[in-house]
Amino acid sequence: MANMIKLTINNMPVEVPEGTTILDAAKKLKFKIPTLCNHPDLCVAGNCRICVVEQKGSRTLTASCCTPVAEAMEIQTNSLKVRKARKDIVELLLSEHNMDCTKCYKNCICELQAIAREYISESDRFIDVSIRKPIDKSSPAIQKDDSKCIKCQRCVRTCEELQHVGAFSMAHKGDKANVETFLDLPMNDVVCTNCGQCINRCPTGALTERHYIDEVWEALADPTKHVVVQTAPAVRVALGEALGFEPGHRVTGQMVTALKRMGFDKIFDTNFTADLTIIEEGHELLYRLKAALKDKQKTALPMMTSCSPGWIKYLEHEFPDLIDHLSTCKSPQQMFGAVAKTYYAQKADVNPANMIVVSVMPCTAKKFEAQRKEMNSSGYQDVDYVITTRELALMIQQAGIDFTSLEETTCDSLLGKHSGAAVIFGATGGVMEAALRTAYEVITGREVPFKNLEIMPVRGMDGVKQASIKIEGCLPDWKFLEGAELKLAIAHGLTNARTLMKEVNKGTANFHFIEIMACPGGCLGGGGQPMPTNLEIRKKRMEAIYAEDRDLSIRKSHDNPEIKKIYEEFLKEPLGHKSHELLHTHYTKRQKY
Amino acid sequence: MSTDKLQKFKKRIDLIFSDVNWKEILDKALKTSADDIIKELIASCIRGRGGAGFPTGLKWKFAAQQKSDKKYVICNADEGEPGTFKDREILDKQAKKVFLGMAICAHTVGSDEGYIYLRGEYKFLVPQLEKELEEFHKELKAKKLDFKISIRLGSGAYVCGEETALIESMEGRRGEPRNKPPFPVVSGYLGKPTVVNNVETFVYTAMILKDGSKQFCELGTKDSRGSKVFSVSGDTPNPGIYELELGMTLDEFVELFGDGDTKAVQVGGASGFCVPRRKFKETIIGFEGIPTGGSMMLFNSSRSMYNVLHNFLDFFCEESCGQCTPCRVGCQQLLKGIVAVKAKEKPSKYLEDLKGMTETMKSSSKCGLGQSVPNCFNSIIDNFKEEVIY
Repeated sequence: MANMIKLTINNMPVEVPEGTTILDAAKKLKFKIPTLCNHPDLCVAGNCRICVVEQKGSRTLTASCCTPVAEAMEIQTNSLKVRKARKDIVELLLSEHNMDCTKCYKNCICELQAIAREYISESDRFIDVSIRKPIDKSSPAIQKDDSKCIKCQRCVRTCEELQHVGAFSMAHKGDKANVETFLDLPMNDVVCTNCGQCINRCPTGALTERHYIDEVWEALADPTKHVVVQTAPAVRVALGEALGFEPGHRVTGQMVTALKRMGFDKIFDTNFTADLTIIEEGHELLYRLKAALKDKQKTALPMMTSCSPGWIKYLEHEFPDLIDHLSTCKSPQQMFGAVAKTYYAQKADVNPANMIVVSVMPCTAKKFEAQRKEMNSSGYQDVDYVITTRELALMIQQAGIDFTSLEETTCDSLLGKHSGAAVIFGATGGVMEAALRTAYEVITGREVPFKNLEIMPVRGMDGVKQASIKIEGCLPDWKFLEGAELKLAIAHGLTNARTLMKEVNKGTANFHFIEIMACPGGCLGGGGQPMPTNLEIRKKRMEAIYAEDRDLSIRKSHDNPEIKKIYEEFLKEPLGHKSHELLHTHYTKRQKY
Repeated sequence: MSTDKLQKFKKRIDLIFSDVNWKEILDKALKTSADDIIKELIASCIRGRGGAGFPTGLKWKFAAQQKSDKKYVICNADEGEPGTFKDREILDKQAKKVFLGMAICAHTVGSDEGYIYLRGEYKFLVPQLEKELEEFHKELKAKKLDFKISIRLGSGAYVCGEETALIESMEGRRGEPRNKPPFPVVSGYLGKPTVVNNVETFVYTAMILKDGSKQFCELGTKDSRGSKVFSVSGDTPNPGIYELELGMTLDEFVELFGDGDTKAVQVGGASGFCVPRRKFKETIIGFEGIPTGGSMMLFNSSRSMYNVLHNFLDFFCEESCGQCTPCRVGCQQLLKGIVAVKAKEKPSKYLEDLKGMTETMKSSSKCGLGQSVPNCFNSIIDNFKEEVIY
C-alpha cells in the first residue's frame, strides 16, 4: 500500500496516498480548483497556471495540478493572493484570445469563459495580442482557429498520447508560440485522422468540428428534396448529455421523435447497415479463412475492421503496407448512403438525385469519410451531410423541441430495424462480438457459446484486448475449421492500435481478426460526442449500449428481418456482385507527415 | 586612477583564470572521500554562479544520496543572459579546470558520464575543447576514474539555460522547463539523478578543494562568500571580464568601471535589476543585495531607459518558451504596455496596473525566466518612470 501523506488544505486536515497531486487532495475535501490545461485523460502539463495555490513557506505560488503533496504541507486554495493571481492569469489568457464570444460555436460551453465568469474578469484590461490568421477550414471535419487558442496543449497531448498521430505540435517560442501542424500545412494535408479527440478536449473554440447545420436545415426546407437521416448507435447513449440528461441515459425513442419533428422525410438507423456490415464482413472473414486455411492461397490475415474512418486514415498514413489487411467493407454509414440511394430510392420511388442523406454520428472523421471521392457508388455522393451528436443537440434546441419530455417513437421501416449486435458497434469490442454472433452460427449452425450471447472477453475498457474462441462441431462446408482456435484482438485509441500494428508488421501477432476503433472506448468516446469526456462518462455510455442490446428482441445481425429482405430483394447474396458494387471499397496509401 | 585600482583588484583575486596543476588537484580530490568533499563545499558556503545561487554543496549532497545505477554531471555552458560572456572566456582559457570540477563532482556523486551543454553560438570552441578533453580523459583513465565528458550544442534558446529546459533539450525535445519537483538531482537527464552546475561553479569547486574552504570563505561577505567573475559592458572605459570579491557596493563598482557619467547599472543582465545612481551606495552586489550571474551593464546619461527596457522586454517576448501563461502573455503585455503608454494610447497609470500583474508573473510563472522578467520592468519603471512615459 502506498505511503499516506498528511497535509492541510484551507486549514482542514486530509490524508492521501503519496504521489497524489494537491489538486486531487483538494478534490477529496470537496474544494474545486479551476483548471484549463489539466485533463483526466492526459499527462500533466502544468502550463496554464490557473490552478495555482498558496503553499506555506514557498516564495512562489504552486501549480496544484502538477505538484505532489508532501508531509505537513499547508495549502490555501482561495487566499487573496491566489485569487488575484488567477484573475490576472485568466485576463492574460483573454488578451490572447479572440473575444468574439457571441459568434463562437463554443459560446456558453467554453471552459475559459466559465472561469472568466467566476473571476469576474475584465476582458479588455490588457491589450489584444491574439494571433490572427485565417481560420483553417481545409478539412471537412475539423476547423482550427488560432485566434482562440490559449496554448494549453491539450490537443497536442491528445494527438500524441492518446492517438500517437502527432498532427499537432508546439511551434516557435515566446510570443510566436503556436499549436501548428507540420510546416503549418492545412489540416487536410497532414496526418490528421479527423478523429476529433482534440475537439473533445479543447477548452475553447480553437478546435471545433466543421458544422453542417445550415446545410441540413436548407435541405429540410427544400420541398424538392427527399431528406432521410441515419443515426449511429453511439449517438443515442450520449445525446441526452447535451440536452439535460445524466451520462448513460438512453434517448433512442426521443431522438427519433425529435428527428421527425425536425422534418426529416424518413428516420432510418445506421444500425440497419451495421447489421449489413456484419453479414458482409463476417462472410469476408470466412472467405479469407477459407482461402488461407483450406485453399492455401496467399491471403491477408489478420483481417482488420474498417468501420472507423479515423482508424482507416491512420493506417493509410502510418502503415500503408497493411492496407490489404483491412476489410473491404464500407463502414455502416457509407453502406447506408449507398443502399438508401439505390434500394430505398427504388422502393420508395424517389429520384436519388433529389435525395439527401444526412447522418448523425458520434464522429468527426465520418465527415471526411463521406467526402472521400470513392464514396459515390450510388452514382451520387452516398452520404451528403454528416453532423455530430453535438450538432444534432444544437439543432434540436434551435427547433425549440422540449426534448426531455418528448414521447418515444421508432424508426421507419426498410432501413430502420436492427439487432442488438448492431447497437454494440458503438462500444469497443462490439463489432467483434457482433461478427462472432453471426460467424460462429454460420460455421456451426449453433449460437455462440456464451451466456445470453454476451461475449465478455471482448468487452471492457482495456486498451488492447485479446481473446480466442475454439470452433467445434462445424457444418460440412466449414469442416476445415474444425478444432481451430480463432484468435482475436481488439484495440481502441490509435496509440493502442499502433501497438497491435507493430506486432502485425513484425509478424508476431498470430491473430485472425482484429477490431480497431480510433477513439477511446470506441464510437461512444467519439470526437463528435458531447463534452466533457472522461473515462467515467465513457463507461456510463458503454453500460447504456449493452443495456440497449439486452433490451432488444433481435440480438444477431442475421436475424434482422429487414436484412433478410434486402438480400432477397436486392443484394441476393453476401459478397455478391451487387454487394461489391455498393458495399465494398478500396483504400489509398498516404504520406507520413 | 581607476585603472590602478583595477589592477589591484585583478591581482587580488585570480582563482578562475590562474594556471594550476590540475593533475595534482585531481589526485587530491580522488583521495578525498565524497563525504569530505561535500563537507568542504558546504563549509565554503559556495552558491551556484549561474544566478539562482543554490548552495552547491547541498546540490551535490542530494545527488550523492540518490540510489541509482546511473547519474549525470552536466556543465551548463548555455551562457545566454544578455551581457554575460565570462563562461566563454573560462572555457577558452581554462577548460581543464572546468573538466576538473566536473570530474570531482562525478567522483563525489558517483557518476560516470558528463556533458557540457555549450551555447550554440560558441561552436567555434568545440575543436579546442575536444582536444583538451582528449588529454583530460587520458589522465582520468590513468587515474582509473571512470568518467567521460561529451559536448552537446544548444540551438539558441535562452530558456535552455534553465536547467530542466536544458535537460529537455538534451533529450531531443523542445527546450521547455519541467514541472518541479522532481528536481534534476532526483530525476534529471533521462530520468536519472543529475547535477547541473554553471561553468564557473565547477571551477570554484576545484579551487576550493585545492586551497580549502577557509581561504574561499575569507573572501566576500557572510551571505555571499568568495569571488565571482563579472562581465562588464556598456558605457565603461574598461569593458571586459573581471574576477571580483562578492559583497562590494555598486558605488565601489562604478568607481572602478564607470565613465564618470553613470546613471544606472543593470545588475544581472536582462533578468536582473536596474539600479539608479542614487542607490549605488546602498546596493550590495551579492545574495544579500542584488545577486548576479555576472552581467554588469553600465548606462550613462546618453541612454534612454525606455529604450533599454523596450530592448529587454523585446528579448523576453521572443525568448519566453511560450509554455506558461504568465510568462508568455505577461511579457507581451509589458512590452505592448510601455509602447502604448509612450504613444499615449494608455494612461500613465496603466504602468501601475502592469506592475500589479508582474506580481503574478513572479508568483505563478513556471520557471525562473518568467519569475524574473518583472525585475527589469519594475526597477526601470520605479526609477525612471518619466523616461518611460514621456
